[in-house]
Amino acid sequence: MPDAAISDVVGCWGPEPGADATVKAAWTALDGVMDPEIPVLSVVELGIVRSVARAASGRLEVMVTPTYSGCPATGVILLEVETALARAGLDARVSAVIAPPWTTDWISDSGRARLAEVGIVPPPRSGKRALTAPDEAVACPLCGSADTSQISRFGSTACKALHRCNACLEPFDVFKCH
Amino acid sequence: MMDPETRQALFGYALRLGDTSLVLGHRLSEWCGHAPELEEDIALTNVALDLVGHARLLLAYAGEVEGEGRDEDRLAYRRDVLDYRNHLLAEQPNRDFGHTIVRQFLHDAWAVELYDRLAGSTDAGLAGIAAKAVKEVRYHVRHSGDWLIRLGDGTDVSHTRMRDALERLWPCTGEMFERDSAEDRLVAAGIAPDPAELRAAWNARVAAVLAEATLERPADGWMQKGGRRGEHSEHLGYLLAEMQFLPRAYPDAVW
Repeated sequence: MPDAAISDVVGCWGPEPGADATVKAAWTALDGVMDPEIPVLSVVELGIVRSVARAASGRLEVMVTPTYSGCPATGVILLEVETALARAGLDARVSAVIAPPWTTDWISDSGRARLAEVGIVPPPRSGKRALTAPDEAVACPLCGSADTSQISRFGSTACKALHRCNACLEPFDVFKCH
Repeated sequence: MMDPETRQALFGYALRLGDTSLVLGHRLSEWCGHAPELEEDIALTNVALDLVGHARLLLAYAGEVEGEGRDEDRLAYRRDVLDYRNHLLAEQPNRDFGHTIVRQFLHDAWAVELYDRLAGSTDAGLAGIAAKAVKEVRYHVRHSGDWLIRLGDGTDVSHTRMRDALERLWPCTGEMFERDSAEDRLVAAGIAPDPAELRAAWNARVAAVLAEATLERPADGWMQKGGRRGEHSEHLGYLLAEMQFLPRAYPDAVW
């Protein structure tokens, strides 16, 4: 049976080929907006900017999607996106969309690399599997040991789980496949 | 274009779902700073946040469908007990941690089956909200189910408490599968899933977890109903008094 909660829509991390200079400038400005809760990731790397398009009026229409429905950072993110675009001298309308639902598959490769750099285990590709399969074993980002266990499926933010390394005994965050 | 009766039914449906999410989310948030351990404190408030998030989406959508200019805040903060349409289960007090877990599991098992089906609704608004919500509710049901098993199949004390909570809350589960003429209309239009189908899926899910928790499923006897029509237990008034205090004391305040 097809799972209606799973979308085949892919991530979107920059302007389409042939986009005009204004749209490109908007993506550049958005690259500088960091997620307030995981400030090493930009909103573009996180995959929550769904589209930047020009309306018939010439105004930019920017669509942003929340990660989790209850993410308390959503309001702040929308405000920061608006501010960054205004600072870049762009006339834009920013709206939130919820469909199709965000998935960790939309986190870009550079976003995954940044998470790993700060000791947060990035989510494996394919949130499709994550919805049905049990949690997979993850290696400790500090010492590399495969002997780790999950302390809690709910971590310091909605999108992360808390794990512990049984070898070096350090706790660490895991970005949940979603 | 949707006919007025279907529109009214859709408004009522979104309102019931939104109110249930809001009231249960608020109940869970009462655990903030009081849970038995830090990880659980964070988990319960994570779930609470998701539920309040679902409530915002559902109430905003209800207001849009109604078309009378009421937004999510107006619906959440300016209605009194008799206008709330949440399940009685959602408003039951937390009591102890085991009781909270039983209430949560009975709800989560329903919510996951509901949103799974609602994601395929012919109504794009509800389908979008459900597709988003089901991904989160799947975490919730695993969490509450895991605890139900651990405490049910735990010590004599934890087993007894879980059994008592199950007996106490069971009469609140019947109304989750009620069906009225408004729902008949939505089911016929492919907007809402058939409550009978939901009930079968819920029964199977609950039976499997209860068996593992070594808890006996209470008999389906007399069921307490009325929440969906605005007839509530005394607990809801106290909850709303606290939740609505600020916006009622300072109407139209923004922050």
